[in-house]
Amino acid sequence: MATLAPATPSTSTKRDWTKPQAMAIPKEGYFQLQNGRYGAVYPRTPACHGFTIIARIKPGREDAIRAYGKTIEKAIADLPDALATLKLHYLRWVLFDIGKDTYFMYQGIFDTDFDKYTEDAVALFAKYGVNTVFENLDGFPEDWKTNVPAFVKFVREHQCPSFLEYGEYPYVTADEIKKALKLKAAFADMLDLMQ
Amino acid sequence: MSALQQLHRISRDLTIRTDQPASLDFDDIQHFLISRPPARAARYEFLTFANGTGGRAWLTGLIDKVGTASGVGSSLPDSRWVTVGFTWDGLRVLGVAEASLATFPEEFRQGMAARAGILGTTGANHPDHWVGGLASTNLHAIAILFARDVAERERCRQEHATYLKQCDGVELLSALDLEAIPPFDYAHEHFGFHDRLSQPVIEGTGVEPTPGSGPPIKSGEFFLGYPDEEGPAAGMPQPESLSRNGSYVAYLRMQEHVGAFRDFLRAHGETSEQQELIAAKLMGRWRSGAPLVLAPDKDDPKLGADPQRNNDFSYANTDPYGYGCPLGAHIRRMNPRDTAVNMNRRKMIRRGGTYGPPLPEGISDDGIERGIAAFVGCASLVRQFEFAMNVWTNDPNFHELGNERDPIFGTQDGTFDITIPKRPIRKKIKGLPAFTTIRAGAYFFLPGVKALRYLTTLSDGL
Repeated sequence: MATLAPATPSTSTKRDWTKPQAMAIPKEGYFQLQNGRYGAVYPRTPACHGFTIIARIKPGREDAIRAYGKTIEKAIADLPDALATLKLHYLRWVLFDIGKDTYFMYQGIFDTDFDKYTEDAVALFAKYGVNTVFENLDGFPEDWKTNVPAFVKFVREHQCPSFLEYGEYPYVTADEIKKALKLKAAFADMLDLMQ
Repeated sequence: MSALQQLHRISRDLTIRTDQPASLDFDDIQHFLISRPPARAARYEFLTFANGTGGRAWLTGLIDKVGTASGVGSSLPDSRWVTVGFTWDGLRVLGVAEASLATFPEEFRQGMAARAGILGTTGANHPDHWVGGLASTNLHAIAILFARDVAERERCRQEHATYLKQCDGVELLSALDLEAIPPFDYAHEHFGFHDRLSQPVIEGTGVEPTPGSGPPIKSGEFFLGYPDEEGPAAGMPQPESLSRNGSYVAYLRMQEHVGAFRDFLRAHGETSEQQELIAAKLMGRWRSGAPLVLAPDKDDPKLGADPQRNNDFSYANTDPYGYGCPLGAHIRRMNPRDTAVNMNRRKMIRRGGTYGPPLPEGISDDGIERGIAAFVGCASLVRQFEFAMNVWTNDPNFHELGNERDPIFGTQDGTFDITIPKRPIRKKIKGLPAFTTIRAGAYFFLPGVKALRYLTTLSDGL
C-alpha cells in the first residue's frame, strides 16, 4: 500500500501573516486525497479551515429556520463559550431562492480540521439546536441523534468546496488573534499606569 | 485523605444517577475488558482459516475455554483466561452472510492496515513493515491467553498446538509471547515507567473509581447492546445475536527502543536528576508513577505508588500552561482530562503486557525486540481508538503545539519537537527520535459467548 502524502505539510512552516495570500483550490476541494476518519480531508488555506454547506429546505420551513437565528443568538449570549471547542472565526447563515426553491447556506471558518472534531461538533450541534435547523433541510437523516455517520454523510454531500480562498492575514488562528489583542490591552493598561 | 479528596468523595457519593446502571450479562461477555487476571505471562496467537468448516470446528472446541466475566471475575481459581476475537475477513470465512457483514462499521470492515493514513502509522510504522502477517487479509482470528506464569503459559501453548493439529484448515500465522518484567510488585514497561495508573471504570461492574478517575462510564461505551453516554444502544451490527455483548479491540505491537531512549536522556541531561526530569517531562509522570502536576520538581515514589492519590489531578486550573506537565507530554495527550470535551465518549479499556527481555542498565541496544503489545477495547473504533490516534497521538497541532506528536508513542521521524514550558524561558527539544515503532496491528471483534456459539452454527455459502 502506498503512503499518501499529507494534504497539508505535516510540519508547520512559519507563515508570514503580514503578506496577504490567495490559494486556488482544485475542483475536488483538495490537492491530494488524504482520508480522514470520515472521508477526504480538506486543506487549511490562507483563510483557515472551513466549510460551505448548501442544501434545499423543505417547503414552508423558511420561517422556522429564520426563527432559529434568535435561538442561537440567545444561547451564545447566555453562554459565550458554548462553541469554543470548534475554534471558530465566523459563522454565516444565509437563505436564498433559486426558482421556486429556497436554499440554506451554512458557512463556517475555523481553525481545526473538521474531520478531527466531527463528534464534538455533532454533540455541540445537538446541544444548541443546530441539528434542529438541519431537520428543515431536504434529505437530512431522521436518525441523526444516534447515527453520527449519517449526519456526517449529509454534511459532506452538501459541502461545496471553495475554488479560491484569500486571507488578508493568512493562516492566523482565532486564538492567536485573541492573544495579540489581550497583549495589546495589557500593554495599553501598563502604559496608562505609567502616566 | 486531603480535604480536596474528601470533597471529591462526598461529591461522588452525592451524585444521584436517575437511571439505573444497565445490568451487564457477565455470563456472556468475555472477561477480557472487564477483569484483569493476575497474569505474569501471556501469548497471542494469530490464526488463519483455510475454510469455514475448519474455523468453526476450531471455535467449537475452544468455546468452553473462553473465560467469561463472571468466571474470571470470581474469586475461584480459574486458569481459563482465554479470549477469542475475529477480523471482519475472519467473520466472512466463518460464514457470516454478506448482508450481515455489511452492517459492521466501515473502519472495522477495512481493517487497521487500511486505516494507516488516518491513524498516522506512516513511515517506519507503516503496515508495509509490519511483522507476523497481521496486515494481510489472511488474518482471521486471535486467541489471547493470559497465564499465571511462564510454565502455565507453556502448558497452554502445547495444548493449543496439539489441538490445532487436529483442526484441518486452521493455521498459526504468527504468535507473540509476553512476560511481565521484574520487579513484579508494580506494572511497568521497558522504559521503566509505572503503568496502568489511569483506567476507566465501567458502570455496572461494581468497581469503585480511584480519586481523579471520574465517574463510571456507561457500559455501552465498551460493549454493544447497552446504553452509552449518549443514550440507548443504536446502530448495532446485525443480527443482534452476533453483536450483543461484543466489543471491538484494536491491537498494537509497539517496539520500545530502550537504548535510544536512554541515549536521548543522557544527551539532554548532565546529571541523573536532570535525565529523570527529561524522562518525566516526555511522559507526564515520573517513572514511579508520580504525576508531574502533583510533583513538578522531584519524584515522589510514595505518591506514585498510592492509587488514592496518583491519579487525582486535572490540568485546566492546576497546570493550564504546562509548567508541571508539558501540554504535549504522553499522558496529557492520551487523557487530556478537563482540557478536552466529550471525554466520556473517548474512553478506552487497555489490556496487554510487555514482551522481550528487559535491557540491563549500561548496555546499548542489543538488537532484541522488546516492547508493549496491547489492546484497546471500545464500542466504536472510529470514535474512540481512531480519534485517539489521529488527534491525541499524531496531530502535530494538538493543543496548538504546531509541530509535535506524542513524544513516546507518536510517529516520530526526527522532524518533530517537544516543548517543555519553563519560567522564564521554555525549553524546546527539536528533532525528537522515535522511541517506539509500531510493528503490527489489527482490529478484532470480541463476540459474547452466545455469539461464539452462533458462529459455530453457520455454514458456508449462505
